[in-house]
Amino acid sequence: MDSSLSSDDLKFREEVRSFFRTAEPEAAQQLINNPRTYKQGAVQWQKQLFEKGWIAPFWPAQYGGAGWTVTQSYIYETERVKANAPDVVPFGLKMVGPVIYTYGNEEQKARFLPGILSSDDWWCQGYSEPGAGSDLASLTTRAVSDGEEYVVNGSKIWTTYAQYADWIFCLVRTDASGKPQQGISFLLIDMKTPGITVSPIPSINGVHSLNEVHFENVRVPKANRIGEEGQGWTYAKSLLAHERTVIARVADSKKRLNTLRQIASRELQGGKPIIEDASFQHRFTNIEVELMALEYMELRVLAAMARNESPGAESSLLKIKGTEIQQALHELTIELAGIYGGVVLDDGEPGSSVGHDFGDGARKDFMYGRASTIFGGSNEIQKNIIAKRVLGL
Amino acid sequence: MNFNLTEEQQMLQDSAARFVGQDYSFERRQRDVQNDVGFDPELWRQFAELGWLSVPFAEENGGFGGDATDLFVLMEQLGKGLVATPYLASILLFGRCLEAGANPALKAELLERLIAGELQGALAYMERQSRHELFDIETKACREGDEFVISGEKALVMNALAADMFVVSVRTSGTATDKNGVSLLLVDAGAPGIELSSIQLMDGQKVANVTFRDVRVSADRLIGLENQGAAILEEVVEKAIPAICSEALGLMTHLTNTTIEYSKTRKQFGVAIGSFQVLQHRMVDMFTACEETRSLLYRVLCSAGEDDLLEHKKDLHALKVITGLRGKRVGNEAIQLHGGMGITDELDVGHYVKRLMVLHSVFGDADYHRQQLTRLSLQQ
Repeated sequence: MDSSLSSDDLKFREEVRSFFRTAEPEAAQQLINNPRTYKQGAVQWQKQLFEKGWIAPFWPAQYGGAGWTVTQSYIYETERVKANAPDVVPFGLKMVGPVIYTYGNEEQKARFLPGILSSDDWWCQGYSEPGAGSDLASLTTRAVSDGEEYVVNGSKIWTTYAQYADWIFCLVRTDASGKPQQGISFLLIDMKTPGITVSPIPSINGVHSLNEVHFENVRVPKANRIGEEGQGWTYAKSLLAHERTVIARVADSKKRLNTLRQIASRELQGGKPIIEDASFQHRFTNIEVELMALEYMELRVLAAMARNESPGAESSLLKIKGTEIQQALHELTIELAGIYGGVVLDDGEPGSSVGHDFGDGARKDFMYGRASTIFGGSNEIQKNIIAKRVLGL
Repeated sequence: MNFNLTEEQQMLQDSAARFVGQDYSFERRQRDVQNDVGFDPELWRQFAELGWLSVPFAEENGGFGGDATDLFVLMEQLGKGLVATPYLASILLFGRCLEAGANPALKAELLERLIAGELQGALAYMERQSRHELFDIETKACREGDEFVISGEKALVMNALAADMFVVSVRTSGTATDKNGVSLLLVDAGAPGIELSSIQLMDGQKVANVTFRDVRVSADRLIGLENQGAAILEEVVEKAIPAICSEALGLMTHLTNTTIEYSKTRKQFGVAIGSFQVLQHRMVDMFTACEETRSLLYRVLCSAGEDDLLEHKKDLHALKVITGLRGKRVGNEAIQLHGGMGITDELDVGHYVKRLMVLHSVFGDADYHRQQLTRLSLQQ
C-alpha cells in the first residue's frame, strides 16, 4: 500500500503550483467573498481557468476537457485550497455539462457546451420543489406536450443563484401515470422565457443566494429535452454520486483546521491562549482524527474511481462524514469569536463588522453550513442509501 | 496511489480467511481459552506450519520479511475469527524485541526456535502504577559484576503462563518516568526468584503478575544497550499498534456483519427488525465506524513506509483513538441490536466485545492517544 505520487504526478503538481502563483486568485476570491460582486468574481476566475484549459478538467478531451486522471483532479483540488483559489460554480461545469455530453444529441452539445466552458452562460439547477425535497421523485412541475413544445407549470425551490442564471436545467413531469421515477424528463429552459419569475429566499446567513422559481405556461421547445422523454430520472441520478464526492471537501476542511489552530493560538481566555484549553484541545483533536480518516476514505474512493469502478454508495459515506466535520469546524470557529459569536448577520462586505477579522465569515459559515447536511440528498437519505445498497437492508 | 494488496498479501489473506472460516469455529475458540495457558498449543504448531509466525521477521533472520500491510492482512482475519493466540505477546512483542536488540548469536538461535513454534515468549513491560506510560518503570536492575539483579513486579504480562522466556523492562538508572535509564533484559521463565500469579482477562486470555526477587541475569542478556532500552520498547510497541488495530477492525467487521444478518432474520411486530429505519441508521453508523477505522489503518500502512516519522506517529495516535472510540460504539450497538440475546454468554457477540475492550486498554486507550496527538499537533 502506498499513497505516494508518481513522478508524472509530482511534475503535474509543480505545474499547478506555478499556475496558482501567477494567476493571482486572491483578486477573484475577494470579489466572490462580497455578495455584491460575487458573480463578477466567479466569472472572472473561471475565464482565467478557461484560458489555461483547466476549466473542465474532468470532461473528456473531445468536449474541451483536460482529460485529467482522478489523481490529477485530487492534486489540483488540494493545491487550489492551499492557494486560496476559488472553486468553480458547479451547476454548469459539474452538473449539467456532463449530462449534456453524456446523454445530449450533437446539436445540444454544440449549442450548450461552449457557453458552459467560457462561463458566458450561467446555469442553475431546478430539481427540488416545495413539495418534493428528499422525496425528489414526487416532483409535480408539469410539462405538457403541445406540438413541438412543452408547456411547463409549477415551481422549483432552493435554486441557488437563479437571480444570475441564463439557463435552468429542470426535472419535470411529462407523465403522471406510472411510478414516480418514471415519467420525469430533463429539460433545459432559457430563463428569459416569458412566464418565469424568480423570487428571492433570504437565508439564515443574511445572504441572498437561494430562490424559488415559478413557471406559468412557460413554452419550451422539445429540442431542449435531453435524451428520451420519461428518462430524466436516470440521467440525473447517474451524476449524483459524483456530486457527493465533491461535497466531502477534505482539502477545505484541512485548511480550516489549520486556521482554527492559528486563531486559537492568538485568542486569549483568562490571559492564556485558547489553544492551551483542555476542552478546546479535546474537540480540536477529535475533529482532526476524523478528518485524517476522511482523507483516506476519499483517497480509497478516488483509487476505486481510477480503476473505473463507480464510487457508488461509498460516496454517501463521504458526504455524511465530510459535512459532519465541516459543521463541527464551523461550530468551533464561531465559538472562538466568543462574545462576538452572536453579532447580527448581513450581506455587507466581509470583515466589515465588529469583533474579529474572522468573525463575519465564521458566523455566515456556521449558519449557512447547516445546509450541508441537507443538500445533495440529506444525510438521513444518504443513510437510507447505504442501508439499502451496501448493507442490503 | 495504490491500496491494492500484492499477490502474496492476497494469498496470505485467503489462507487466513480459510483457516478462520473452516478450522476455527466459535465453539473451538471457547474450548481453547479453557486451556491452562489460554490457547491451544496445537494451534500454535499449525500457525508455524502455515508460516504465519515468520511474517514480521526480516529474511536475514529467517523470517518472511513482511511489512505492516502483511501483518494487517493476517491480523484482520484473526480478529474476524476471534482466534485465541499469543501472536501479539510472543511474536510481535517478545520476538520483535529480540530482533531489534539481542546479540547476534542469541537472536539467531531464539528467532529460529520462535518461528518454528518451539519457543514461547512474553514482554513484561507494564506495572501497577504505570497505566499507559511505557517508561514509568519501578522494577530495578542493579549491576553486580557481569550480572544484573532484578527486583520488582510486572503487571498483567500477556502469555506469561506459556512463556519460556521474558523480555523485562527495568530501570537501571534515572527516576520514575525517565526515558533514559530503561534497559531490557532477557530472562528465563524458570530462573530462581521469579513468581507468577495467574489472572484471566475478560477476553479469556491468561496473563500473570510476575514478581522478581533478586533474579540474577547475565549482562550478555541485555536487549539493546544498557540504559537505552526505551527506544526499542517504543519501536516495538509502535509496530504492534497497527497490528492490534487490524485485529480490532476484524472484530468490528464481524460484529457489524453479524448484527446486520441478525436484523434480517429476527422478527418483531410481524416484520424483520432490519426493516425499521431507526435500526437501519444505527447499523449504517456501525458500518461507517468500520470504514473510518479501515481508512485510518490504510493511512498508517502508507506512512509506515515513508520517511516522515512525525507524520507516522500522528497517524498511529489517530488510529488508536478512532479504533478505541469506534470499537466501543460498534460493540455497544451490536449488543443493543441483538436485544436480550446480546447479553448472553452463549452468543459470540459479547466475547467479541470483550476482546475489543481488552485491545482498547492495551498500549494506551483513546484518551491517552488523543492527548499524545494533541501534544504533537497543537503544542509542537
